[in-house]
Amino acid sequence: MKVLWLQSGGCGGCTQSMLCSDPRPLFDELRDAGIEFLWHPALSLESGEEALAVLEDCAEGRLAFDALCVEGAMLRGPNGTGKFHLMAGSGRPLTEWVERLAQRAKWVFAIGSCTAYGGFSANTPGNPLEACGLQFDEQTPGGLLGAGFRSPEGLPVVNIAGCPTHPGWVVDTLEKAALEGLKPEDLDEFGRPLLYAGGLVHHGCARNEYYEFKASAEKQSDLGCLMENLGCKGTQAHADCNIRPWNGSGSCLRGGFACIACTEPGFESPGHAFQETPKLAGIPIGLPTDMPKAWFVALAALSKSATPKRVRNNAVVDHPVILPAIRKKGGGK
Amino acid sequence: MTRIVVGPFNRVEGDLEVSLDLADGRVQAAYVNSPLFRGFEQIMIGRAPLDALAIVPRICGICSVAQSAAAASALADAMGLVPTPNGVLARHLIQATENLADHLTHFYLFFMPDFARPAYAGRPWHDAVARRFAALRGEAAADVLPARAGFLKLMGFLAGRWPHTLAIQPGGSTRAITAGERIRLLAQLREFRSFLEKRLFGDALDNVAQLTGKAQLLAWADGRSADFPAFLAAAGDLGLDKLGRASDAFLSHGAYGIFPAGTWQAGQAAAFDPLAVDEDTTRAWLAEGRPRHPAQGETIVDANKATAYTWCKAPRYAGQAYEVGALARQVIAGHPLLLDFVARDGASVMARVVARLLELALIVPEMERWVHALQPGEAFCAHGEMPDEASGTGLVEAARGSLGHWLSIRRGRIERYQIIAPTTWNFSPRDSKDRPGPLEQALVGLPAGDGALPTVQHVVRSFDPCMVCTVH
Repeated sequence: MKVLWLQSGGCGGCTQSMLCSDPRPLFDELRDAGIEFLWHPALSLESGEEALAVLEDCAEGRLAFDALCVEGAMLRGPNGTGKFHLMAGSGRPLTEWVERLAQRAKWVFAIGSCTAYGGFSANTPGNPLEACGLQFDEQTPGGLLGAGFRSPEGLPVVNIAGCPTHPGWVVDTLEKAALEGLKPEDLDEFGRPLLYAGGLVHHGCARNEYYEFKASAEKQSDLGCLMENLGCKGTQAHADCNIRPWNGSGSCLRGGFACIACTEPGFESPGHAFQETPKLAGIPIGLPTDMPKAWFVALAALSKSATPKRVRNNAVVDHPVILPAIRKKGGGK
Repeated sequence: MTRIVVGPFNRVEGDLEVSLDLADGRVQAAYVNSPLFRGFEQIMIGRAPLDALAIVPRICGICSVAQSAAAASALADAMGLVPTPNGVLARHLIQATENLADHLTHFYLFFMPDFARPAYAGRPWHDAVARRFAALRGEAAADVLPARAGFLKLMGFLAGRWPHTLAIQPGGSTRAITAGERIRLLAQLREFRSFLEKRLFGDALDNVAQLTGKAQLLAWADGRSADFPAFLAAAGDLGLDKLGRASDAFLSHGAYGIFPAGTWQAGQAAAFDPLAVDEDTTRAWLAEGRPRHPAQGETIVDANKATAYTWCKAPRYAGQAYEVGALARQVIAGHPLLLDFVARDGASVMARVVARLLELALIVPEMERWVHALQPGEAFCAHGEMPDEASGTGLVEAARGSLGHWLSIRRGRIERYQIIAPTTWNFSPRDSKDRPGPLEQALVGLPAGDGALPTVQHVVRSFDPCMVCTVH
């Protein structure tokens, strides 16, 4: 599978993240899975005219490729000119390159939430950049390529959303496409591969005991659950961050800070401060996905009243002050 | 005189275009264009102040933590908050991990592949260098990618993930390291040290850190089988120790409490005065006005400005363009090896690369000391109140140089947010007095155009540019 990669209104962080792929070296892993980069702006040799020749040949159908990966929002401004990003050396808007190349690719992958939905670039008040995703404006289908876009394989844009993307999300999706193709039923309604977006960030969260008992962190660095006070959206965000660790053993929650739902369209403008949970009458507005509100309130009240002292005390400090009791044989303490 | 436009420059972070005026195959004048505009300074306006911690890392996927640290410092300044000792150590460790990983990525994946170009076929070092460093195919990638990924596992412990962490807070870090994790951090650092000593240097880090002059360095490298010596051989053969000089005016914000802030010019070190910084928008597609200090700075798009050629502002210190980066940091810190390089030939492609790799040898042992100094059980984060009216400045060093954030808060919301990134300094356009930026100076006189060796490519990448930061 030949991959052509372009970058635009983003930070390049999805590529930087992808390079952390492990345990095998990224290039070896992809090569052995039959995937090669025809051109990648951060990794390939070709520069200047050589690079433009590759892109032009691909856009004109003279050079075959399979997958177009785009990293970064599409900047259509000012006034529809695309001048906020003219691709260096070409004088042409990056959006035009993407439109031309998307027609030639078997699959189009949006790498990261910027590319999928617009991300922070689309979030300046009034969106003067006229930024959008490849096939979405935040939650609304459309974007640069339009809601009706389908690749020759019959797929919409595959949105590997995340800010940044986990290396495994990108590598696994590309490898699945190379191995057996992708079908519409492999994606959710926002175009995300179910292989990583089929569950919630909450699943596997190391703070689950605190969540169960609603033993909540009150300030940054506390060990407790971050949902009630510190803005955590792990119970609503679609991704496997606590099952598939980041950088060896990490995740946002394991790092001690809230999930800001970076795989969701519109995450960048939550309507409240990122690190605070908005509440109505003391109850968080954003309840866990699929959880009936009345039950949540009732269970929360019950579990709070049943919280063990260890969990309650440890929740509001940055290292455990009470360790789990040790039961000894014979029923003693 | 003919003009050529060079771009895209891949293997730089983000998009870059350079226009070169040529006569007789040599660059007479260079104009550096950052062709992408992003507008993060506007995104911040009206937000809750602490939202900056979630937003600014996303300016840059390669200096994400540096952006976090600058914002956290500016917010701490506004709050009058001092991080806890553990918080300071954790932040040093997180920043050093990113900065050193960036040095490694730059050397192996961005910079060295140019030496594998067919244009150099026949040079005595070419076959070996091409085998090891060819883009995507070279055998070094199989060594360096796991070493880099392993080193960044420090972030899994210290920051949850990289890039784009929220762990760095004004009062320190959200992530208290346990006694057991402290042992694992040390093990991970040992693994990285082992890679550097075996593959990059072919010698102990201490021996590299103690080199005091260019001649001693070249003698040390002679016949040594490792990647840094291979670079020195190729760069020496191509004369890259004498190419790529700007004006040898260096600036650093200071880093980790071990490298001081300062400026350096013509052999004279001086204190850094944050009030002497301003930004000029004359040649940027931005509304024009007097140069402004970033605390009063504005970013207003004027996309049709005829005299403009870039989205990048022109930062100046006391009215002058300054070079930032590892070379500037080490010259200002007085490291004898880089002082010797600059005394002989000024800044060069070779000196910039040597400074970067020297930092790997200098900082990994410091990281080991910081991990030893962590006190599990003591606080990693101090807490304070965010005032409704305040201003703050955060000055840090990213891998590629000095990064500053200036913010003001009014009625509990961000009223103004201005950023000067390292590559804004290095790839600055001309200003109202037509003074070129450092890269624009460094390219003058180089061979370019049809049939020329890729010298321009080496000089551009020797700055380790990050264009996405530049145009934030």
